[in-house]
Amino acid sequence: MANSELRLGRIRPAPENFLSDEQIQSVKEGRRDFLRKAFLGASAAMAVPAMARAAGPGDPAILNLPAWTTSLGLPVAANPYGMPSKYERGLVRRESPGLTRVGGSSVAFTPLQGLFGIITPSGLHFERHHQGWHDVDPSQHRLMINGMVKTNAVFTMDDLMRLPSVSRIHFIECGANTGMEWGNVAVPTVQYSHGMLSCSEFTGVPLKAILDMCGADYKKGRFILAEGADGSSMTRTIPMEMVESGEVLVAYGMNGEMLRPENGYPLRLVVPGVQGVSWVKWLRRIEVGDKPWGAKDEAVHYIDLMPDGLHRQYSSVQECKSVITTPSGGQILLDKGFYNISGMAWSGRGKVTRVDVSVDGGINWRPARLETPVLSKAVTRFNVDWVWDGKPAILQSRAVDETGYVQPSYGQLRAVRGTKSIYHNNAIQSWKVVESGEVSNVQVL
Amino acid sequence: MSRFSKTLMALFVGGATMAALAPAMAFDRYQGIGRPATASEVKAWDIDVRPDFVGLPKGRGTVDQGVELWETHCASCHGAFGESNEVFTPIVGGTTQDDIKTGRVKALVTGDAPQRSTLMKVPTVSTLFDYIQRAMPWTAPKSLKPDEVYAILAYILNLADVVPADFELSDENIREVQERMPNRNGMTTDHGMWPGAGAAKGGIGNGGKPDVKNVACMKDCKKEVQIVSALPDYAQDAHGNLAEQNRPVGQTRGKQTGTPAEQKGDAAPSAAAATLALANEKGCMACHGVSNKIVGPGYNEILAKYKGQTDAEAKLIAKVKAGGQGVWGAVPMPPQGHVKDEEIKQLVQWILEGAKAQ
Repeated sequence: MANSELRLGRIRPAPENFLSDEQIQSVKEGRRDFLRKAFLGASAAMAVPAMARAAGPGDPAILNLPAWTTSLGLPVAANPYGMPSKYERGLVRRESPGLTRVGGSSVAFTPLQGLFGIITPSGLHFERHHQGWHDVDPSQHRLMINGMVKTNAVFTMDDLMRLPSVSRIHFIECGANTGMEWGNVAVPTVQYSHGMLSCSEFTGVPLKAILDMCGADYKKGRFILAEGADGSSMTRTIPMEMVESGEVLVAYGMNGEMLRPENGYPLRLVVPGVQGVSWVKWLRRIEVGDKPWGAKDEAVHYIDLMPDGLHRQYSSVQECKSVITTPSGGQILLDKGFYNISGMAWSGRGKVTRVDVSVDGGINWRPARLETPVLSKAVTRFNVDWVWDGKPAILQSRAVDETGYVQPSYGQLRAVRGTKSIYHNNAIQSWKVVESGEVSNVQVL
Repeated sequence: MSRFSKTLMALFVGGATMAALAPAMAFDRYQGIGRPATASEVKAWDIDVRPDFVGLPKGRGTVDQGVELWETHCASCHGAFGESNEVFTPIVGGTTQDDIKTGRVKALVTGDAPQRSTLMKVPTVSTLFDYIQRAMPWTAPKSLKPDEVYAILAYILNLADVVPADFELSDENIREVQERMPNRNGMTTDHGMWPGAGAAKGGIGNGGKPDVKNVACMKDCKKEVQIVSALPDYAQDAHGNLAEQNRPVGQTRGKQTGTPAEQKGDAAPSAAAATLALANEKGCMACHGVSNKIVGPGYNEILAKYKGQTDAEAKLIAKVKAGGQGVWGAVPMPPQGHVKDEEIKQLVQWILEGAKAQ
């Protein structure tokens, strides 16, 4: 197959298209002289060529100099804050139609199908709000620490930004990422199946340093409550062990600039490895306590329904998971030949140590290359070579983390957790490739 | 107090009051950073209520009082009986008297209920109090007084027969109500996904042991590949044109699906576009689509109904201002006091001209 109409820079990619029916008939009848007179590209390509060639005098994109080569360009600072090329306009955050009915309590998914490396551009970081977002005035924003501390305290942004800071790269994934797919395939592309995942460099202050200042009672106060300044004043319980490890940050920076308003400007909690709902945005208060709080998002939502009718409460860790982002659902391969299968792997329990890729639906696997950096509780990019022979294929990736945990299949996950959990679906994703080159979302046990 | 720097002291207005409050903040290392919170400040923000009712304010409210508050503040999103599935998932439904006795919602075990309501899931009545107090009503969070929260909560609990119709809920009897919560025994923390200490060490869960195990087999791992699910036909076009959601260069293209989006012009926003923006800003679009019903009717449905009526504009302006119920269904439209008269007029005229985007 060849989706030749989609390909760039090949005037006529294959001889069967190059020759008319009449000309092909001439060849079959033995009029070989016809071929000798034909273009080089035609005679070279009776089989799949090692490298395709241009036919005719050449590619008009080369032969006819384009406007950008023959005219004056725009001045500096034409866009004081730079924006992506207009040709990239399709790669934006999108809602999944019908998933929610109110924009203020909804999700916009990151277009993973078009991203490279491990960092999510800040403007494409996924959004999940519980009662809309605000652009909070940083000069009026305060962080309060109270509860089991010697001194209840208040910090301004000036205070927090004067403290020693750290910058760390971590993934953030919503606990409900891939939640629509627990029972069956429901969405067409990786944007909607896995797009509640982003990875950024966050800058801020370890919460431990701030709790130390306030004289936290680490002996009795084994839990903290984080609370937002938005209308919902979202709350979540986080274990003190994570705070004590120094991992939990009170962050104001993201990818070199301040947090975006949709991501909690000017202050959010960073809780590496834990689902996004605990990374409280517009963070206004931390309370130290001796028991968990049973907040709305710990007692009504973000609870995982098991087959026995019990809900798992306080499930927080995002277990090891991976997905191939290209080629992926809703995409079309242009032709047979070489492809770079590329994807993302991450684990809430540490570093990804290995990713295996299968192109036959999980019968045989081979190790992918992990691209650097490979960081704890961050997205790791993997790549593997693939020469597509034009036959049907099923692409899968399977990640392993430093605890030895191997990403499970749908069959294994459902055997334990059923299909109604909504949350924490980290099953192996399958993309089916058919002869036309079309890639679609399927599930394999 | 002697440990505070002079700079910090200078920040205190009414320093004497502050001094009385605040002993030992460890400022030695980070001098001049942060300050003690006043008791009033902590009171203003520390509104959380825990399952053991730490943080619960004193107060009381009856089911009857709750009915009235519900109709004013809650019914437009949640339906008159908390059963509505139109804006949010239902609050009430799917629980039985037997569940109240056992503390386990049977429909969760049998899978009988098509949708899980809040009362089917929530184990702790404190959670409901906490969330109503901190986040409700939707467009005016934290505007309810404690007595009002008690009353609204009493009404919700009465809808599921957790409390009788003549009940007054208060800080004194809420512990007894907890013992009637239909799913109070429906939670488990016996799992490996709590990132802190396990239950054996005073925390939650099993200490991080995963429940699902796979092995990294590399060769001949299974005999055949069984595809158990694929994207259903009806869902093929549900997410718009995938060709437009992919890059125009690279190793793949997006598949053409759905109806390609209309080419958008670069012209300056028209009066219609400005009114559409106003409708978005004022929250109208949360409940009304241009052509489709969301909670209330679509604008074009309204136009079809009122077309040709000479007093249509006046009628609709009155409806937007005062609210209404029954014309389009049971879910009432609340009065839109936050929208100015001239803006209401602009919006109504726009609706009667077809609610155009440009």
